[in-house]
Amino acid sequence: MTPVDERIITALEGRFTRAADSFGTLLLEIERERLLEVVARLRHEFGFALFLDVTAVDRPGRTPRFDVVYHFLSPAERKRVRLTLGVSADDPTVPTLTGVYGAARFMEREAHEMYGIRFTDNDDLRPILLYEGFTGHPLRKDYAIDREQPTVPYRK
Amino acid sequence: MQVDHPPPVSSPLARAADPGHVVLNIGPSHPATHGTIQIIVEIDGETVRRADVHCGYLHRGFEKEAEHHTYHNVIPYTDRLNYCSALNNNFAYAEAVEKLLGIELTPRCIWLRTLLAEYNRIADHVTCVAASVMEMGAMTAFLYLMTVRDYIFEHLNHLTGARLTYSFVRIGGLARDLPDGWLERLEEILQFCERYLERIHGLLDRNGIFIGRTRDIARLTPEHALNWGFTGPILRSTGMAWDLRKEMPYLAYGELDFDVPTGIKGDNYDRYYVRMCEIDESISMVRQCVRKLPGGPVTVADPRVVLPEKPLVYSEIESLIHHFKLVTEGVQVPAGEVYVAHESPNGELGFYLVSDGSGRPYKLHVRAPSFIHVGGMHTMLEGYEVADVVPTFGSINMIGGECDR
Repeated sequence: MTPVDERIITALEGRFTRAADSFGTLLLEIERERLLEVVARLRHEFGFALFLDVTAVDRPGRTPRFDVVYHFLSPAERKRVRLTLGVSADDPTVPTLTGVYGAARFMEREAHEMYGIRFTDNDDLRPILLYEGFTGHPLRKDYAIDREQPTVPYRK
Repeated sequence: MQVDHPPPVSSPLARAADPGHVVLNIGPSHPATHGTIQIIVEIDGETVRRADVHCGYLHRGFEKEAEHHTYHNVIPYTDRLNYCSALNNNFAYAEAVEKLLGIELTPRCIWLRTLLAEYNRIADHVTCVAASVMEMGAMTAFLYLMTVRDYIFEHLNHLTGARLTYSFVRIGGLARDLPDGWLERLEEILQFCERYLERIHGLLDRNGIFIGRTRDIARLTPEHALNWGFTGPILRSTGMAWDLRKEMPYLAYGELDFDVPTGIKGDNYDRYYVRMCEIDESISMVRQCVRKLPGGPVTVADPRVVLPEKPLVYSEIESLIHHFKLVTEGVQVPAGEVYVAHESPNGELGFYLVSDGSGRPYKLHVRAPSFIHVGGMHTMLEGYEVADVVPTFGSINMIGGECDR
């Protein structure tokens, strides 16, 4: 743990369930309800101006089934933070970050089509790497790698 | 817009909001969209009012494939992300796996990887500048730069056996050491490159047509660039000197002497100029690496990741079994998760790797700079003219393989 990590942990005390160091990246496990608050504080108090990435990890058989994983970078502190929060398969919703970072727009669309994570209040969750009419979420573990999709009309 | 066949993803711009506006479709198959991308713009006269960018035409399920291949077998897939600088992808991916394994590379491997990463960065920047100026009609500059690029690719072919998709990295090292005479030829090519770059500066820097089409077009402020996740030359063109090689050094960058070139206005011209200056820095870094290149092995002596030597495989049963297990089951990577980011030619290239302790990645996610840049590209098109779409798109250096994965 570096001094930066400790300052962040002290400032966010009580807002995360676990903190750890992951190869130089500060890992914070949080609850879904805390996401917007934690992100806003990271951005304004520690200069996490770059929203790097959002994706999910599918762990079938575990409850909650999905981990939604965010990465942020603070150029001022030269520090990366990873936020993870668990969501269940019945209610895979998380608040959108499009109101905080423009970059969230495309990345949330990708996580939505690949894992079926719904970002509430993001009004543009069209497919992005896939196409309209594609059924299922290909990066979920129960989507077989050789599963085929019906031919789309203009390819017939 | 063509209406017989609906596009794969519907656009809210399918009909213009204002009856006085026109909706124009560019791509996905268009001479200026080098790479497959669709840009739908709503235009008012010549001015772009709204833009909707569609990517995904080159999607091939990189992340799904990675979950079904052993760690070594993923390497060729990483080549095909940014295929203009495959070595940079190789090294970032390998470092993610090596971090989970706790492998410490040999000094020669660290310096060779740094050298090759910078060498490949030159080829990538050269390609970007060549393609974007060609679309503005600068054929001579294009051909000069393509000549440089081809010398580099032929030279890398001598080392790796391929012009673009090198697959040169191995977990814990490199596929092989340098062939004889490679470093001598490297210096020749660097000098050739410098001579040609001088000509490019002469052709473009104060060229009225070039300035007219790039100066003050698609201007960005640092705040705007950060908000949309821009990194690499695009972020530096706005004046923010953020470079992972300098700020969070990896490989041997901490021991190299180099500057981080920045722009002033964050427009298309600055992005061109930053890339040209970065090529100069890379040439200097390659030379420093050659001077400091230590001897010794290029691959760690760690039986967990390295195949036993062939004569032993054929002569003793332990080595045969060891070889068999490594090839069929793959390198056994301890459970854990890691995010590794390198400064690729396009910006922050991140690999988020989750391992469950088996020989295949449980999850491998790529933070692809091109994808994120395309996500913010509409903000660089809106308010400018239709003719600016192509130079702006060129200055982003979107690489289809990396964007669509």
